[in-house]
Amino acid sequence: MSFDINEYYSRLNGGDVLMAFKGSISSELISNVLEVVESKMDEYSESSKIRKKVYNVLVESLQNLYHHIEVLPDEMQKMFDDKFGILVVSRQDDKYKISTGNFIGQDKVDVLRNKIDKINSMTREELKDMYKFILNHQRLSEKGGGGLGLVDIARKTGNQLDYTFEKFDDTYYFFNLDVFIDL
Amino acid sequence: MEALSIEGTAKTPSVKFDGQEGVIEIKGRSIPENSIEFYKPLVEWLEQYSGSPMDLTQVNVQLEYFNTSSSKCILDVFKKLEAIHKGKSEVIINWYYEEDDEDMLEAGEDYESIIRVPFKMIEIVE
Repeated sequence: MSFDINEYYSRLNGGDVLMAFKGSISSELISNVLEVVESKMDEYSESSKIRKKVYNVLVESLQNLYHHIEVLPDEMQKMFDDKFGILVVSRQDDKYKISTGNFIGQDKVDVLRNKIDKINSMTREELKDMYKFILNHQRLSEKGGGGLGLVDIARKTGNQLDYTFEKFDDTYYFFNLDVFIDL
Repeated sequence: MEALSIEGTAKTPSVKFDGQEGVIEIKGRSIPENSIEFYKPLVEWLEQYSGSPMDLTQVNVQLEYFNTSSSKCILDVFKKLEAIHKGKSEVIINWYYEEDDEDMLEAGEDYESIIRVPFKMIEIVE
């Protein structure tokens, strides 16, 4: 049986959910999500330090989705919106959790897995050096992505990036990333 | 030369580049999906300004948020300023951050370690 997106999505909807979305990740959607989450954080009277961290990490998470979502083959486009992605922002007693999910070609799984494992193995100082190196030496892609998003998230949260790759079919996996921001 | 003035939006900062006064300001949020487009006129303006800069150029950067896509473009802006500073005229970058925003202070220090221009870290106390 292949990976069940709906089952997975409903499983993410635990805790105090500020925002849950599945569908097309567009620039407008990103603007709307940021606005909603920002006003919800006001309701929680979060400190400006936490609000800034969550906002920053949310921007990077969403724009990572936006830049890296793949064009799906025709038969999958019948099942999923164009630029299909999942986002759930929730608040637990001691932390915020930002979950994102998107399809990824099987051929790219190892590269991404290795990149995240490497980031997770690094100290704060090493992450800072890596960030500065990429900042200073790598050009922006045409789409505007710079390969800095995950490093920035790891630096700002100080937490491990939790991820899974679930097999969807012979060519696609579903990549789930959970990012935690301590309160 | 003509001043460059851009109104801020929810995703892009307000910009005021005044060549006569030698004051350059970037304020607000810089979180566009593609920042190259937004920063291109800024870099071009500085390119022109570097031909005949003021003796002292004051740069005020006061960002509430910026994304990693913008971080590279901001570096490009700073590299133009570095080139001006290498010449006969002086450049100072004033990097503003809110008092509890350690991430923003650290971001400024990252730039300070890459760019050979004097930085002044300025804490905004509410």
